Amino acid sequence: MAELTYRQAVAEGIAQEMERDPLVFLLGEDVADAGGAFKATVGLLERFGPERVRDTPISEEAIVGAAMGAAMTGLRPIAEIMFSDFLATCWDLIANQIAKTRYMTNGQISLPLVIRTANGAGSRFGAQHSQSLESWAMAVPGLKVVAPATPADAKGLLAGAIREPDPVIVFEHKSLYASKGEVPEGEHVEELGRALVRRAGEDVTIVALAAMVPRALDAAERLREEGVDAEVIDVRSLVPLDMSTIASSVAKTSRMFTVEENPRLCGWGAEIASIVAEGLFDDLDGPIVRITTPHVPLPAADELEDATVPSVERIVRAVLAAIG
Amino acid sequence: MSDVPEHGAGTEPVRILAPDGSPVGDADVGLSPEELRALLRWMVLARRLDRECIALQRQGELTVYPGFEGQEAAQVGSAFALGQLDFVWPTFRELAAALVRGVDAVQYLQYHRGTWHGGPYDPRATRFGPICIPIATQLPHAAGYALGQRLDGTNAVTIAYFGDGSTSEGDFHEAANLAGVWRLPMVLFCQNNGWAISLPSSEQTAGEIWRRAEGYGFPGVRVDGNDVLAVHRATERALERARRGDGPTLIEAMTYRIGAHSTADDASRYRDDAEVEHARVTDPIMRFRNWLLATGIADDRFVMACDEEAETYALEVRAGVIATPAPPADWMFDWVYAAPPSSFERQRAEALG
Repeated sequence: MAELTYRQAVAEGIAQEMERDPLVFLLGEDVADAGGAFKATVGLLERFGPERVRDTPISEEAIVGAAMGAAMTGLRPIAEIMFSDFLATCWDLIANQIAKTRYMTNGQISLPLVIRTANGAGSRFGAQHSQSLESWAMAVPGLKVVAPATPADAKGLLAGAIREPDPVIVFEHKSLYASKGEVPEGEHVEELGRALVRRAGEDVTIVALAAMVPRALDAAERLREEGVDAEVIDVRSLVPLDMSTIASSVAKTSRMFTVEENPRLCGWGAEIASIVAEGLFDDLDGPIVRITTPHVPLPAADELEDATVPSVERIVRAVLAAIG
Repeated sequence: MSDVPEHGAGTEPVRILAPDGSPVGDADVGLSPEELRALLRWMVLARRLDRECIALQRQGELTVYPGFEGQEAAQVGSAFALGQLDFVWPTFRELAAALVRGVDAVQYLQYHRGTWHGGPYDPRATRFGPICIPIATQLPHAAGYALGQRLDGTNAVTIAYFGDGSTSEGDFHEAANLAGVWRLPMVLFCQNNGWAISLPSSEQTAGEIWRRAEGYGFPGVRVDGNDVLAVHRATERALERARRGDGPTLIEAMTYRIGAHSTADDASRYRDDAEVEHARVTDPIMRFRNWLLATGIADDRFVMACDEEAETYALEVRAGVIATPAPPADWMFDWVYAAPPSSFERQRAEALG
């Protein structure tokens, strides 16, 4: 095991796959000389050269659109969209073309491509650079969606995404880039569609994603002091979604909470809550509770941003209030 | 009298044949007599099929169909210039180009019949990409495809078709700019057919489309899109330039959409019949046929044979289209992903019982 930052782990994941497969290449804004706006691609240009690590003009539509065309020639592109907020300019290409091309060609065309993007709050970048947009992507049939919470997953899930035959959007989290963690040495690949129990517990199940995972774990420690033994599940992959890990936990604890950074309406937790409510109704001892960012744009002011995104305190409070 | 529509007019397009078929430029475009006759044959087959498709739609055999009458020279002249490994990114109005590329018309028309999810021909085998209905998205895809071709080390070229309306989309700009910066082996082929549904080119853009190339750092050319020889030569030059590694070319082929935008559109609501009649004077097939007959490259017998073949061909395609059954309902879950996710089991049971 080596201790790496999340951003180093992203670069290692890309390098591992580029080393393994000459068809993998990276394109995006400031990914080459600058090493990425979040320094997640540092060293790749020097290692793999300008043909495979390509700076682009400020053209998000062209980045993802060209990734699709390149994938049709057999390449395996990794397209970086600097901030997930900029996906808004790309939706015709992603939702109408990339997600539907396999379907509309009756399986004749595969698009093995990855769109990496920096998602989420914590950097005080305001309403147009801090959103959590994973639920947008989750709503489009044909896309796969992952959001790593740890450096190990930043590498492993990215590598898994690159090997997928389907288009995958990898939502990296801005506030996690500097976080450190153990990453397995040598080749590290995680299969998409597997949730992980990050902390075992008996009393309640807390389901979280990306930057909400460490908060949920901190909240679980605080809850322990209150006599509540929380199990924390890291969803990791929204599409495909591993409902069996979540369902096993809820069957054991009989209580479920989701911790979501996305704005409340139609957040990923709503889908999980509906599946649990439908399939595990008789196992539940109380209502499912979603702890989310309210349905507001992300405010820029430090104090407001902190108050908007679910905090450790809010998670603890919500769990205690619900279980009485 | 100008032989192109007045919309976006100004610069006279490059022309080899006048509307009456008399040569006004060097008519030797490097094609053999047999190839020249093939150009006429493709245009005649395409037009006859186009009319059959409109009839099929009116009879309920196709759901919707976008006709291309008037644009045969632009499509056939350009597609005929392509090499075997070159790749086409079409819009939804390139059936004539598809035929020249060897796409099976019955397969192609499954798209408009709604019997597949989308385009059922094999894009890899035919080197003709999926029919592209969102406007201009094919242009960034074409740029990426051209990059892939270059990294493959071949000298194959990507040609992307689009209309005058597409040039107002951001995708056009982003793709053209990327193609210029990366000097991609790409031909951006605009069929300026005068109309984007109800909006005339003059209201689509205040400038001339071919001139935009300069801003992207590569050449642009305006050709008479109803002159198959001029279109062929311009395309061939653009392809040669791309193969040499010198980057993209923008071709603006001035043509005219004789019919409505699609079978769901009634052009008489926004367009004078007189304009359409005027455009018929510049008909690409009549023009080229006149020249072929005048030069003796083709005779009346050949012209008649083309017409007869077109008649038989249209009826064969009609029969093939009508014979295509509706797909089974359980196809709805197929090919969403390479392998169906487990969540589909429940949804399949709910949808299909």
